[in-house]
Amino acid sequence: MQDKVKVAGGTGLSAEDISSGKIFLTEDSLDCAYAWDTGVAINRYLAELKKGRIIATQCKKCRRIMLPPRLFCELCFIPCSDWQYVRDTGIVNTFSICHVHWDASRIGKDEKPHLPAVIEIDGASPGMGIMHILGEIEPEQIKIGMKVKAVWKAEEERSGSITDIIHFKPL
Amino acid sequence: MNRKVAIVGLGYAGFGTTTPDLSYREMIFEAVTKCYEDAGGIPPQAIDSFVAASEDFMEGISIADEYVPDQLGAVLKPVQSITGDGLQALASAVMQIKTGQQSIVAASAFSKVSNLSHHDHLVSYATDPVYIRPFQENPYFIAGLEMNRFLFETGATREQCAEVVVKNRYNALKNPSAHYGAKLTLEDVTEAPPLSEPLGIYDMSGHLDGSIVFLLASEERARELTDKPVWIKGIGWATDTPNLDSRLEGLGGAVYARLAAQQAYRMAGISNPFNEIDFAEIDDTFSYKELQHLEALNICGPGEAGKLLELGCFGPDGDFPVNVSGGSLGAGYLHEANGMQRLMEVVLQLREEAGPRQLPHLETGLAFAWRGVPTATGAAAILSTRV
Repeated sequence: MQDKVKVAGGTGLSAEDISSGKIFLTEDSLDCAYAWDTGVAINRYLAELKKGRIIATQCKKCRRIMLPPRLFCELCFIPCSDWQYVRDTGIVNTFSICHVHWDASRIGKDEKPHLPAVIEIDGASPGMGIMHILGEIEPEQIKIGMKVKAVWKAEEERSGSITDIIHFKPL
Repeated sequence: MNRKVAIVGLGYAGFGTTTPDLSYREMIFEAVTKCYEDAGGIPPQAIDSFVAASEDFMEGISIADEYVPDQLGAVLKPVQSITGDGLQALASAVMQIKTGQQSIVAASAFSKVSNLSHHDHLVSYATDPVYIRPFQENPYFIAGLEMNRFLFETGATREQCAEVVVKNRYNALKNPSAHYGAKLTLEDVTEAPPLSEPLGIYDMSGHLDGSIVFLLASEERARELTDKPVWIKGIGWATDTPNLDSRLEGLGGAVYARLAAQQAYRMAGISNPFNEIDFAEIDDTFSYKELQHLEALNICGPGEAGKLLELGCFGPDGDFPVNVSGGSLGAGYLHEANGMQRLMEVVLQLREEAGPRQLPHLETGLAFAWRGVPTATGAAAILSTRV
């Protein structure tokens, strides 16, 4: 590629030009911290996860059993306070095999790819699910529609977080 | 084209220095429910379009606009976000109706500033990274620079700025939505610890969480939805250069306020604002800002605001009441929703729903918002009970 490009004068930049201070740059790193109020619905959701259970809310009008639970139905626009436990099993709606870390660096040779997936949870309305991670499975074995089950952290390690479920494994 | 636009619904919720009981979604849902009930119980399906003011950095979510629809009842509908003050979102909603593109539009804004542990950092990151940030000043030094130059140019005094604080925080005692109501003396303010001199700690408004939603409609739809429409007669907004050291009229003036107001006055057919407007809610993020803005908005001449204030002109019983709600100094600063808080008081007053602070015989009011340091952006709206 490079030998096909005709350079018409000028001086190229090198990484050293930048590191040696020949090129002027201003650097800053931003320091921000947030603590989001979870509110009524998500607070209960997290509290139940800590107990090893998944809870949803149901809309009185459209009857959808919604995950994550919400205090109002965004389609019917009415409050929802009908709490319902759902199971910790479900089916894979979609998945991806990720060969890069979150910062776009490639995973190492001995590192397993990350396996994010949307799990349609049993007991919730069709299409309602949890975005989570698959585990205890080889990437080539994953199929859309396969049954999976949550693998929970030990009770004393749970903190009221979506990561209280370690991953979903094949059932 | 050029249809008349009215505010037909108002809802607000969550005003508090902290609001740990509700998520931002739940807080907005409460305000939205109140707003749609206020407009005769209109179902969200009957609303054509939705505009929200939001700032990603404040919310800690990039593309925060994508998180807007659920709590507004806006799922599967035209939705847009305005990165700016709530009054700029309102302007966008007004345009959608005026052009005939939509007939009923909701406009919303909220603050969950209590979720930020480094708010001053975020304000600091709004300054230029190359030639302002390296000094590592607390960002409110900009207000100190502005205040000093404003006092120098106009002859306004430190005491007159303190008088703004005393007035607005006292006004707030009659406003149940206000969180910084207090009975202070001039000395309480002038002798308080300095922040960035001449600015003292009481010259700056305190943070507030809250959510405000308005429903706007064309004249035809407004008549169907409510018997108490408040007409948006004029709206304008303007932004000066971001350069702190070379603003077109220096740091002493508020050229953005003058230009925004000129646009709104022209649209509303107002040539003498002091005579033709009955009262105003004007940005008072800092004490001197109320005086600076009063002059820039041509409510009075240069150098006159402080003197008129001392004569009682801007008090609830004066000729031209300003910030009878308590303003930001008395009610609390709502960030992106701040201009909507100014507008909310104008609407409540014009509908005669302001309770113990209700002003008599009102027809026309002005709401003016500034986007805070280090910005030079303002938005003005003229509202009236007469179409």
